[in-house]
Amino acid sequence: METIKILLDKCSGCGLCLKVCAYDALDLVDKKVYINERCTICGACVDVCKFDAIEIYRRSFKGQDVSAYSGICVYAEHRKNKLSSVVPEVIGAARELKKDLDKTISAILLGSGVKPLAEELISYGVDEVWMIDSLEIVDFAEDIQADLVARILMEKKPEIFLGGGTIIGRSLLPRVAAKILSGLTADCTELTIDTESKFLKQTRPAFGGNIMATILCQNHRPQMATVRHKVMKAAEKVGAGHNGKIVELHDIPIPHSKIEVLEFVEEQTETVNLAEADFIVSGGRGLKDPKNFDLIEKLSKAIGGAVGASRAAVDAGWIPYSHQVGQTGKTVNPTIYIACGISGAIQHLAGMKSSDIIVAINSDANAPIFDVAHYGIVGNLFEVVPELVKQITE
Amino acid sequence: MNIVVCIKQVPDTTNIKINPETNTLIRTGVESIINPFDMYALEEGIRLKEKHGGTVTALSMGPPQVEESLREAISLGIDDACLLSDRAFAGADTLATAYTLAAGIRKLGGADIILMGRQAIDGDTGQVGPGVAENLGITHVTDIRKIEQIDEDGTIIVERLLEDGYVRLKIKLPVLLTVVKEINEPRLPSLRGKLAAKKKEIVTWVEEDLEIDSERIGLVGSPTFVKKIFTPPKPSGGKIFQGDTREAVASLLEELKKAGITAGKKGSEDGNN
Repeated sequence: METIKILLDKCSGCGLCLKVCAYDALDLVDKKVYINERCTICGACVDVCKFDAIEIYRRSFKGQDVSAYSGICVYAEHRKNKLSSVVPEVIGAARELKKDLDKTISAILLGSGVKPLAEELISYGVDEVWMIDSLEIVDFAEDIQADLVARILMEKKPEIFLGGGTIIGRSLLPRVAAKILSGLTADCTELTIDTESKFLKQTRPAFGGNIMATILCQNHRPQMATVRHKVMKAAEKVGAGHNGKIVELHDIPIPHSKIEVLEFVEEQTETVNLAEADFIVSGGRGLKDPKNFDLIEKLSKAIGGAVGASRAAVDAGWIPYSHQVGQTGKTVNPTIYIACGISGAIQHLAGMKSSDIIVAINSDANAPIFDVAHYGIVGNLFEVVPELVKQITE
Repeated sequence: MNIVVCIKQVPDTTNIKINPETNTLIRTGVESIINPFDMYALEEGIRLKEKHGGTVTALSMGPPQVEESLREAISLGIDDACLLSDRAFAGADTLATAYTLAAGIRKLGGADIILMGRQAIDGDTGQVGPGVAENLGITHVTDIRKIEQIDEDGTIIVERLLEDGYVRLKIKLPVLLTVVKEINEPRLPSLRGKLAAKKKEIVTWVEEDLEIDSERIGLVGSPTFVKKIFTPPKPSGGKIFQGDTREAVASLLEELKKAGITAGKKGSEDGNN
């Protein structure tokens, strides 16, 4: 079975494809390109070839009857009887898609005592809430939630199913996808409808944000995606004229959870919830000493933000891992990200590059962080940061 | 106790850069490494074995050169290693990968605990772990920062990292856990380990060795496919201030004000707080 092929008569041997291959899977021999065993068929070379000399043959396994599926469904994640802040964003994305699809928006809501949340979902523009309200569905019992979501999707057949790119969403939806055997795209930053085919075009960063990929799921339904937090515009509340309905699903049996929740411990400091923060101030190696994180904390307090850190600072033991931003830490999307004494290694950039506004404070004018910064101050952070605090509080 | 650690060989992204002129990806001698998150999974697997006995096996899917990564795993203290390698597996998305890895684990005789890194640094999806667990019909929990204890009665207590804290969970084995960096500090290979790694026979299985449906593997078995790859637009040149600290800070705040940012105004525009 040959799934990728170089059309040697078209190949000019320009070598452009070799440059974009991240897997070192192409060899240039006698001015012709050959594919070696390292190829993962990612398709990067196909896009870059100016001579249409590379082809990928796609044949997808037995899909469903795609035409039987209709509408956009969102997963209503919640905790402690509050909708997660990502939910209005997911509904916002769904409402944008609705403009092109003209189908209803539904939401899956599972939990106990969740009726008020159903009303709230409707106030954001959801047309129909599919709800199971049962004492047996507790927070973090993800195994039964995945089971119920899969059953509801199979019964209701929406063509699109979206969830938040949260820790829970990115654990639950893959499980659901594996149950119903459909495609799922992780952590999307853009969702649009292809005008001709009406397929969902799902765009997401990969390789730590160094490349973007647009992904399609043609023959399987629902087309599933998790949506990166704080990227999509949150849905605004709709007027009283909007009539949504709550559909209680009584006849779906609730399985027994194998996960027992012992306790949920909320982190003490307000400064740690990087995922929700609109402002983040991060410190790195340039701080030189753990006690200098005081400076970072003062600035973050002054602007009402959270405290982040580079891997170097975390590895040195200056601050707990929960503050780490970057490839092996958290991915954040604040309105403003202020990097203090962070040089901007590619792994750090992977975690904060999509922030709306990046401000860099560093003594080294050549630090890579300035390449991605919208604003920067080249200077001694021990002077700049206190001055910032002073001028902000004035 | 039977422990399986699934690892992925990935390009070392430190060597991937963007050509500033053409805004395309450039590769300067990309080396392959074990996905950094998987190093923590390997370490945790070795620690569990040291504490509770049994065997710890590393499993991977990929082209033949992944064998190098599996040898590296052996050098750290992993007992056995197995590679699923076949052209028919290539081009798999997360659904097909999870299906294939699960078939490999089944052929290994199953496991009490399966460990994986929370996500791979090339794809950044984190979807394979939950998928493998579903294919095996076992429980999974992602983002584990601590394994507290494993009891005689076959239960495990773990701490799962969340955005706003952590949750302690008790689960009956078997279980699949994906781990975060906080869980441990990976060891370096020992001299004895390096020698063992050289001699070790790495088992390789092809499609025919596994009980799988050929329609559900590789490119064919993948519902999703990459339509287009492009490099994100680079930020237009930033405004950099130098010189007198007070003036630089004042200019910065002025610019931010112009951009509509007022410090301390938290999320008020979203209207959802």
